[in-house]
Amino acid sequence: MAILTIQILNSLLYASVLFLIAAGLSLIFGVMRIVNLAHGSLYAVGAYVTAWLVGTGIAHGVPLGWLFLMLPCGALAVALIGIVIEPLLLRPFYTRAEEYQLLVTFGLLQILEDLMRLIWGGTPLSADTLMDALPIIKIGGLNYPTYDLLVIAVGVVAAVALWAAIYHTRFGVLLRATSQDRRMASALGLNVGLVYVVAFGIGCFMAGLGGAIVVPTQAAVLGMGVDALVIAFVVVVIGGLGSLKGALVGAIIVSFVRTAGIQFFPELELAVLYVIAAGVLLVRPTGLFGTA
Amino acid sequence: MVAQIQALRGRSGFGLWASAAAVVVVLLLAPGYFGTYQIQLLIYGLIAAIAALGFNLLLGYTGLLSFGHSAYFGVGAYTVALVVEHLGPHSMEFYLLIGLPVVALTSALFGYICVRHTQIFFGILTLAISQVIYSLALNLFWVTGGSDGMRVPRPALLFGALSFSGSGGFRQFITSYYYYVLAIFIVCVFLMWVIVHSPFGKALQGIRDNEVRARFLGLRIRRFRWIAFLVSGTFTGLAGILWVPLEGLTTPDVLYWTFSGEIVFTALLGGFRNFTGPIVGGIVFTYLKTYAVATTEYWQLLLGVVLVTLVLVLPTGIVGAISRLGQRFRERRAAP
Repeated sequence: MAILTIQILNSLLYASVLFLIAAGLSLIFGVMRIVNLAHGSLYAVGAYVTAWLVGTGIAHGVPLGWLFLMLPCGALAVALIGIVIEPLLLRPFYTRAEEYQLLVTFGLLQILEDLMRLIWGGTPLSADTLMDALPIIKIGGLNYPTYDLLVIAVGVVAAVALWAAIYHTRFGVLLRATSQDRRMASALGLNVGLVYVVAFGIGCFMAGLGGAIVVPTQAAVLGMGVDALVIAFVVVVIGGLGSLKGALVGAIIVSFVRTAGIQFFPELELAVLYVIAAGVLLVRPTGLFGTA
Repeated sequence: MVAQIQALRGRSGFGLWASAAAVVVVLLLAPGYFGTYQIQLLIYGLIAAIAALGFNLLLGYTGLLSFGHSAYFGVGAYTVALVVEHLGPHSMEFYLLIGLPVVALTSALFGYICVRHTQIFFGILTLAISQVIYSLALNLFWVTGGSDGMRVPRPALLFGALSFSGSGGFRQFITSYYYYVLAIFIVCVFLMWVIVHSPFGKALQGIRDNEVRARFLGLRIRRFRWIAFLVSGTFTGLAGILWVPLEGLTTPDVLYWTFSGEIVFTALLGGFRNFTGPIVGGIVFTYLKTYAVATTEYWQLLLGVVLVTLVLVLPTGIVGAISRLGQRFRERRAAP
């Protein structure tokens, strides 16, 4: 029973991180119709920046409590990168065929992956001080770190905040209007360029936040972004590209299947995920909640 | 107007055959002038060109961007590796005999699923399916060796007439294999030329340009796309079959989706709106990557910058840019 509880909590932890990545990917696709292949790398940048900030903080004797502030800082750094990238690199491509958008983001992925190697080197960067700073609780006689509960909480808060921002604020209305008809929104006097920058920034912030909160539980390693991207793809394909609800449900499905897979059929665990994704695409190409 | 077009077509047709013949002559003479290493690179280039040629039947002529062509390349490579391990003679012809039907069957099966979609969903579906193969190759280590991959020794060529062992074996193998691959490459180019200029190829281009109209004309769109997928995957698979004896090893890396990205890169580098684009792209990409890997540890960064610049500045690729330059030159000469 205790093991089951812990497995469920682990799944939720993974789902929370996956949701952060996939929701950003989905938001960007929903608003600007771009599949951002570099999204996983942005998540990895979030992890690296956070780990680096925490490491630097410890070296300079920053008190432990303040170190937790490095988590949003890592996410903000990624958002800043996004705000620079969107007008500079992506904007020329909105009117061109989507092949070019995929290619330019693929080029961006290659650049980001090697920049991380250039800046932080090949050795994994760890930030487990944050995880150790929080107490360990007992669940049915088994140890469980409270930090993991924090990650789950961040995921839940992010989901609620994003939902509220999209459906209950003025900016959300502008966002949805732009997503539905870019030219009409522009004709009505809406600053579409600004909406795009902000939407891309939010998407990147989510990815960065995912990387930031996950890095204390594991470590920032090279290639984590590329791996994360394919899993995020599976999530949005199952849930529906461009749908927030879809990203949430997809993340939960994928993480539970994966946890069960690692437990019961470790060799086929990844293959099963891709088969599910391909199956959903065949039966419901727009995913469970997609409308596009 | 018609006469003009005909004149243009006639001239470019003649020019094309003449330049193709010249390129073939240069390629035939190459081993006499270059060292073993250069020839080895050239083989890699030709193989990349075959893969890109196949890929481009989908992207350039059918308008479908596959982000999963690593699957067919990798299936070709792994089939050869499995044949080496479990079945008989170490002969290249035997590898081809077993490998080609396997890659054709794989592409037929995957293609049947993938062509139900177009545009971005087609891309994601091909990617997802290629990742299934990747994760199987990675995780079923008792069959595929996992991340260690599988070794493939030098095979004998021409039904065992040429075999390579002993001290000078490597050099001998490279020279012979160069001509072997070159011959297959020429056949592939010729075949693809025939395919894209046949009524079937024209139908594909019609579907690419206007799907609705093509359907009104009575074309069975999905079937056309499926056959295009099958041919495309088989060409790329053939490239994988040819690649693995040269490399001597196959690992799950050739199945990973970033390798598919490299195939896309190749086609774009040369220019996917041209028949010759992917061929040029394959050879240039091989040299570019080798050069980048040799000069800097951060070769991926270099390739990324090249890719982004290319997409921004030269969207028609090398061949597209050259032909546009040539056209402008001709116009300027004709103008006064």
